[in-house]
Amino acid sequence: MFEFKLPSLGADMDEGTLLEWKVKPGEAVHKGQIVAIVDTSKAAIDIEIWQDGTVQALLVEPGDKVPVGAVLASLTAPGETAPPATPEAAPAAARRQRISPAARRKAQALGLDISALTGSGADGVVTLADVEQAAASAGAPIPAPAQPPSPAADRQLETRRAIAAAMSRSNREIPHYYLLETIPMARAQQWLEHENAGRPITDRLLMAVLQLKAVALALKQYPEFNGLYQGDQFKPAAAVHLGVAISLRQGGLIAPALHDVDLKPLRPLMQELADLVKRCRAGSLRSSEMTDACVTVTNLGDQGVEAVMGVIYPPQVALVGFGSVAGRPWVDAEGKLGIVPTVTASLAADHRVSDGHRGALFLAELRALLQQPEAL
Amino acid sequence: MNDSELRSTVVATLLSIAPEVDVALLRDNRPLRLQVDLDSMDWLNFLIGLSQQLKINIAESDYGQLVTLEDLLAYLRARLPHTAA
Repeated sequence: MFEFKLPSLGADMDEGTLLEWKVKPGEAVHKGQIVAIVDTSKAAIDIEIWQDGTVQALLVEPGDKVPVGAVLASLTAPGETAPPATPEAAPAAARRQRISPAARRKAQALGLDISALTGSGADGVVTLADVEQAAASAGAPIPAPAQPPSPAADRQLETRRAIAAAMSRSNREIPHYYLLETIPMARAQQWLEHENAGRPITDRLLMAVLQLKAVALALKQYPEFNGLYQGDQFKPAAAVHLGVAISLRQGGLIAPALHDVDLKPLRPLMQELADLVKRCRAGSLRSSEMTDACVTVTNLGDQGVEAVMGVIYPPQVALVGFGSVAGRPWVDAEGKLGIVPTVTASLAADHRVSDGHRGALFLAELRALLQQPEAL
Repeated sequence: MNDSELRSTVVATLLSIAPEVDVALLRDNRPLRLQVDLDSMDWLNFLIGLSQQLKINIAESDYGQLVTLEDLLAYLRARLPHTAA
C-alpha cells in the first residue's frame, strides 16, 4: 500500500480544497495521470499521481480543506494484493468540466452543480457569464450567494496572505542581490517584424518568447541560476524549465513551468506559452507545471515599467525580469547618440549560490543572445 | 453587420479575454489598454478572436493604429466584407 498525499504546489501553498476526484476505488492509475482537482488559494490545479497503482480508498471528500501532506487516498502498487475491500460510495468520475476559476467560485457560491453547466468559452470552458445565465434560468438569486464557502473578499485576503508568507520567507532566507542591464532591441524587433509580416495572426510570435528563449540559453551557460536551494544546499537543475509569471485576473500571480525552453524552436514555444496562459485562466494547470520550474521569468513591460527588482520564489535562486521595450536615448559603439528600442533586463539572485560577477556575465550573455534573434 | 452589431461583437470578444471589465465604464475615445488590463498575449488573443469572427486579416504593422475602441471599430468597419445589410 502507498499513500497519495496532497503535494505542495509552491512555497505559497500550505493547504488545498479538494474539488473533485477524477478516479474511483478499484481504478488502476498510471504515473502522470490526473487523479484529482484541488483548489489552492490561487487556482484550481489538476493533481497528477507520480506512481502506478490501483486506488483502494478515497479518504477526503470533495469540499474538504486539508493541509499539504495530508493523505488523500490509499493505493496498492502494481502486483500488490489489495486488502479486504471496504465498501465505499464511489463518486462519479465523469467527464472533465472545464471551468474558469472565477466561474467555479461563483457556481459554488450559488450552489450550482458544476458538471451540469454548459460552457460557451473557448474549448467549451464554462465562463462567469455561463454560470450567471444558468443561475438566472434556475431562478437562483445572483447577487445573494446562498452558502458562500469563501466569499471573494476572504479569498483575496487568503491569496495575499499566501503570497506574503512566501515572499517574507524569501526575504528572510535569501540574501538577494540585484543587477540591471540595458539591452538594445533594434535587431530583435526588426527580426520579429520581418518574421511576423505576412503570417496569419494565429501564427505570430511575441517578443516575450524571444526573451524566454534567450534566458533559457543563457542559463545553460550559467547553471548556478537554474536550480533549487533545499536542505542547505543548491541542486542545479538538469533541464531548463522556466516559471513564467502570469497574472490572474482576479488578483495574484501564478508562475507555471514552460518545459525545456532551451531545446525548443520559437514557434512551438509560442504555442506552448499561449496554451499555458489560456489554461491558467481556464483553471486547468497540472500539478507538475506548478512544481517543475527552477527559475522564474517575469515580464512587466506591458504595464510600461522600466525594470523589475523581483523577489525570488523559494526554493529557486534567481528571478529574471524584463521591463518595457521602448525607444530610448542610446550611445552606439561609435559614440553616436540616437534613439533605439531598449529593454532593461534584471537579475535578482541568491548570494548563497552565486555572486554579482557571475550575475553580470549571465546578463551580458543574455544581451548577446538577443542581438542574434535569428539564432534563437 | 451594422455599427452596433460590430460594437457588440468587439465588446463580447473583449469580455471573453477580460471577463472582469465593466462595459458601462468603457470609453470609446480613450486608449483601450489603459482602461483594460491586457498584456501582449491578451491583446494578441483579442485580435485573433476578432480576426476569426469577422474574417478580417489584421496586419501586425497596423497594431499601432488600434489605440482606442473608436480606432478599432473604424478599422474593422472599413474591412468588413460587404453584406446586403
